Amino acid sequence: MASSIQETPVSRRLKNVKHIIIVCSGKGGVGKSSVSTQLALSLRGSSPTNKVGILDIDLTGPSIPRMLGLDGHPVHQSSDGWVPVYADGEERRLCCMSVGFLLKKKEDSVVWRGPKKNGMIRQFLSDVRWGDLDYLVIDTPPGTSDEHLSLLEHLAPVHSKLSAVIVTTPQAVALLDAMKCLSFTRATNLPVLGLIENMSGYVCPCCGEVSNVFSTGGGEEMAKREGLKFLGSLPVDTELVTLLDAAEGDHSSNAGVDESTKGFGLWERYQKTPTAPLFSKIVEKIEVPLRAES
Amino acid sequence: MIAVQQASAPPDPLSVPTNAPEHCPGTESDLAGKADACAGCPNQEVCASGKAKGPDPALPFVTERMASVKRKILILSGKGGVGKSTFTAQLGWAFAADDDLQTGIMDVDICGPSIPTIFGIASEQVHSSSSGWSPVYVQDNLGVMSVGFMLPSSKDAVMWRGPKKNGLISQFLKDVDWGTLDYLLVDTPPGTSDEHLSIVSYLKESGIDGAVVITTPQEVALQDVRREIDFCRKVGIKVIGLVENMSGFVCPNCKNETQIFKPSTGGGRRLAEDMGVEFLGAVPLDPRIGKSADYGISFLDEYPDSPATTAYLDIIEKIKYQLGD
Repeated sequence: MASSIQETPVSRRLKNVKHIIIVCSGKGGVGKSSVSTQLALSLRGSSPTNKVGILDIDLTGPSIPRMLGLDGHPVHQSSDGWVPVYADGEERRLCCMSVGFLLKKKEDSVVWRGPKKNGMIRQFLSDVRWGDLDYLVIDTPPGTSDEHLSLLEHLAPVHSKLSAVIVTTPQAVALLDAMKCLSFTRATNLPVLGLIENMSGYVCPCCGEVSNVFSTGGGEEMAKREGLKFLGSLPVDTELVTLLDAAEGDHSSNAGVDESTKGFGLWERYQKTPTAPLFSKIVEKIEVPLRAES
Repeated sequence: MIAVQQASAPPDPLSVPTNAPEHCPGTESDLAGKADACAGCPNQEVCASGKAKGPDPALPFVTERMASVKRKILILSGKGGVGKSTFTAQLGWAFAADDDLQTGIMDVDICGPSIPTIFGIASEQVHSSSSGWSPVYVQDNLGVMSVGFMLPSSKDAVMWRGPKKNGLISQFLKDVDWGTLDYLLVDTPPGTSDEHLSIVSYLKESGIDGAVVITTPQEVALQDVRREIDFCRKVGIKVIGLVENMSGFVCPNCKNETQIFKPSTGGGRRLAEDMGVEFLGAVPLDPRIGKSADYGISFLDEYPDSPATTAYLDIIEKIKYQLGD
């Protein structure tokens, strides 16, 4: 079957990637990057041998480096292409690539029109040494525009490996955009693994009262209406926000302090958040059909 | 692109590009007329000759139309979902509360237009007359234009690359019958890309009075907002100030305020100080704000006693003061 698929630099590079999961939502700020990060962490954690990559194609607003605690890391060039940045030190089972690593200063803006973004995305897919991966999670910017069209175009030769997860928040304004995102996946023939409702309720740390800051239940309703699998709802979790916002990474300790221990600090801290057990159920729902497929 | 003075019918955003190929590199690109996608395009020769690189022929018409608009304000944020559209709407309502002021709102978020829903006019359509496309009026002195009015159904996704988005933005500026306006508020999508560059270049001659930048308190959002302010400096737009949204949440049960999005690096106030821009204020998170947006009602009118309303009004006062109105 492989011979019938046209070979491109992208397909060659992604030959040993088993599954590609695209995380999208029409709306911005609903938690695509946080879901992508959690997805990558959890997929890595779900088996001791899983290798996971995370590619951030939000070129004008890259958040993944910060969330993985990799802010300010440079990207190295090797004879075989760009080396992605590893988040888990010596274990090398979670690698990441983002335009954030290529900026000189963190406040530098990337002011690019479509064609330049297209070129960057092509390079991310074809010039990065992704190697053998069980999962490649791709975090996308809001909308249904250049980045998304370019991504799917470059990934066309490996279309059979693709699937999408849609993230939304419960309020009507966000659902409207999520619906557009769903129309996009339909128009581009992208199988949808399911829908996640994020920021569904907030538990007051003082009295335990649950407030529906951005309403609730809208995602599940939409999933039912559109015949999508509902993967679960995640409450607003301040511990998680704080963890991903201030993640300090382990690269500083790479110098040799705890190289012997197998610890991956971010993963350990993540498992202590209230969201982690909820998310592991979501990951199960994502992994099972993918495993059955392969 | 040929600029027509006469108003054309509102476009159907789902149609295939009229005469640009799928991967048109854009007329201002170095590759214009030379890219692979240009083969067979009727405009290839014009693009390759470099003639198209000159000023956009739509520019004089934009300038003419914008001559009767007193203040043009952009609402920006590098990050999505921080409340740009909600803030734009509150600002619009607050300006329109003064019967003597004419306000227009232009939604250039082509792929995710929220403005029609927030104003409760999502089912309206754009009509065209001899003087141009008529904006949809929320009330007599508040007109709105958005791509949302042109879609057959709210489910439809607008899957456009940059050049097509730019085309629509230029039409929003030159073909919409805005009339005489005191304020034109431009709600933008997240990021620093085609839409932003286009609006800035189209309004260069007419002049942009400034930009209000919106953020939320956590560092992940501030990172993107730093980039947005950097963008404003690069293209020479004055930053009127920074608004911190979703800042603190008051539990309706125990009335204690907690920080959902913790300002781990000092929040908007620190950022404003660091980057030398005015800090306009912080708006607390009130679940009723989101609900008002979903139902298309004015939060300021509906809940005048909310601390968020006070914060909004205070910020709006400061914006007016900054503009010298």
